[in-house]
Amino acid sequence: MARLLDALRLQIGLTGTKEGCGEGECGACSVLLNGELVNSCLTPLAHADGTDIVTIEGVASDEQLHVVQQAFIQCGGAQCGICTPGMVLAAMSLLARTPQPTEADIRAGLAGNLCRCTGYMRIFESVLEACRHLPPKL
Amino acid sequence: MSSIDDALSGREVVWGTDNLFKSYTVARGDVEAAFAGAPIVVEGEYETGSQEQLYIEPNGMLAIADLQNGVTVWGSMQCPYYVHRALAGLFNLPAEKIRVVQMETGGGFGGKEEYPSIIAGHAALLAWKSGRPVKIVYSRAEDMVATTKRHPSRTKHRTAVTRDGRLLAMDVDFVIDGGAYCTLSPVVLSRGTIHAAGPYRCDHVRIRGRAVATNVPPHGAFRGFGAPQSIFALERHMDRVAAAVGLGPDEFRRRNFVHAGDTLAVGQVIREPVSMNTLLDRALALAGYHDKRRRFVEENGTRAIKKGIGFSTFMHGAGFTGSGEDHLASVVAVEATREGVVRVLAASTEIGQGTNTIFSQIAAEALGIDPDDVEVVQPDTSEVPNSGPTVVHHALVDAGVLPSVHSRAEFRAACRRYVDSYGTLRATSRYQPPPGVRWDDQTYQGDAYGTYAWAAYVAEVSVDTTTYEIRVDDFVAVQEVGKVINPTLAMGQIEGGVAQGVGWALYEDVVWREGRMANAQMTNYIMPTSMDLPEIRVHFEEVPYPYGPAGAKGIGELPMDGPAPAIFNAVEHATGISATRLPLTPERLMELMCASPAV
Repeated sequence: MARLLDALRLQIGLTGTKEGCGEGECGACSVLLNGELVNSCLTPLAHADGTDIVTIEGVASDEQLHVVQQAFIQCGGAQCGICTPGMVLAAMSLLARTPQPTEADIRAGLAGNLCRCTGYMRIFESVLEACRHLPPKL
Repeated sequence: MSSIDDALSGREVVWGTDNLFKSYTVARGDVEAAFAGAPIVVEGEYETGSQEQLYIEPNGMLAIADLQNGVTVWGSMQCPYYVHRALAGLFNLPAEKIRVVQMETGGGFGGKEEYPSIIAGHAALLAWKSGRPVKIVYSRAEDMVATTKRHPSRTKHRTAVTRDGRLLAMDVDFVIDGGAYCTLSPVVLSRGTIHAAGPYRCDHVRIRGRAVATNVPPHGAFRGFGAPQSIFALERHMDRVAAAVGLGPDEFRRRNFVHAGDTLAVGQVIREPVSMNTLLDRALALAGYHDKRRRFVEENGTRAIKKGIGFSTFMHGAGFTGSGEDHLASVVAVEATREGVVRVLAASTEIGQGTNTIFSQIAAEALGIDPDDVEVVQPDTSEVPNSGPTVVHHALVDAGVLPSVHSRAEFRAACRRYVDSYGTLRATSRYQPPPGVRWDDQTYQGDAYGTYAWAAYVAEVSVDTTTYEIRVDDFVAVQEVGKVINPTLAMGQIEGGVAQGVGWALYEDVVWREGRMANAQMTNYIMPTSMDLPEIRVHFEEVPYPYGPAGAKGIGELPMDGPAPAIFNAVEHATGISATRLPLTPERLMELMCASPAV
């Protein structure tokens, strides 16, 4: 069965979406499907038919990084970078639902995305930093 | 043979005559005589399990190979020149016919130090045979079953101490399981052995270090390189020795810390200023240790969730062990273009720790130019010199040696003039050891490292006596790592290391079944998520190190050393259970608590 992840990486060449485990544990393959954060390694391609998919390649507009991306750079939210595409999309998904998240909200919102480098502290800070620069209503 | 005990029993011999890959002995003073007259002797045995690096990007390699053009590989790796050497040997080709290019690498932690040579070899051989490019990307399960992990260890301590809590003698037996083949085990063993007596002053020390062969997959490099294993044992043991002499864990350590001018077990005299007391004071104050130490005991009573607080104090040698730096004789080059852009050429790889940023920063500062004018060249053995492997945060310690020039504008003008007149502007620099550093590989005595980083870590835990889950509620990490070049990156290194230390202590359990990893999945090999970690509070005491680039020492490995013993010491404070084997999963804690009459 074709996976959405393979269609993105191999057919379309959008390699920003990463494969870390292939079983929905690490979240490196996270994409937004009709606005919902999903693991593209667990999403059958057929289920994606007719949906609106946002990968990391669709996050920055023209020459301008998204505020979440900018915050990750500024606060040290990315180290090796392999979890970063999924983590940024997870953060955007969280902020769309909860524009002013508490630390507990952030922890829960990113719980499906594993990072082995940072110990998450700088990622939490990145999300808080992004809040300060987001328009009040998304 | 799947355990250290199996290997040492000698019932079966799978390597040499005695199953030993390597052994070292560090000896200082007269240990037996000191034990003979000692009023108090404390013994202990400690074990640590294997640990998977679990970089989120599995290993992968792409190869092309033919007789005419030689072999080229692109892939995920820490040490391009390790792969280069392996391929040159495998194909029996001259060095210039082998090209290794490091691509963006999604984490390593030591796990992409040795094994990429094997994958590169497989991919290149298949490419040679088929005449086609070959790409090999491991699935997570393949990566976990096949690649090297942290060495399991067993450490026995026997410690003689005076009634007022001064160390008289330390006898340490440190053994690591190297697995079926000899990887970097001798080097891992070396660091573990040298760190086994910690930042303490003791005139009579014997440390015996052994790396044994078993039938499990080979173990290899992982952040900390043997030091986390021996420091776990030591810092658990120091709490027990303190209890045996009736002193608090902090007061006992204060009576034994090394100071400038003191001599370590390997005979190294500490020449630089060091104040373990200052680090410990600051860490304990930030954590509210003394108040909590008292209060938790009063409050725990019959509560189901019991609180505890504990700490560890330790050091970590910067750079490679002993003569390693001299043998590597690492080279880094800088090149300036006609436009005044400086290119740094080093084989030290960016694997997420910020090498590219730090190299740019160091070069920019030395040359008086903007970091944006510095380009760190992608490690490609056809272009960059061999500046040694990216391990031990060697990248930071050794490669930052650059010439100094003037202002940005003058610099640009100078570059243009030079390139127009003479062509390529390029300078290379070879690693020079700090003056007076001597090491003897035969006696294992001397200056084991150019310098050390020093630290005190405090962990606060909650132990649920119904579910046996342990939560780390607060973590304070205070360290002296020389000058901090980039605070954001430095804090990120410490936090990430602490997170891996928490995982190693509590969650990460490699289950072996007949010599194979039985839980080679992220589903049941558990690493910390965003829900599992406390706030990690990081503080630096800055004492610039005169022989490090911009005053810095190494930083990346240090934070792996302290968390596990601090957490175990906190669990003992909370429950009275003196656990000696990690990881302390709920199942293991349940066994210990059910077997203990005290709880």
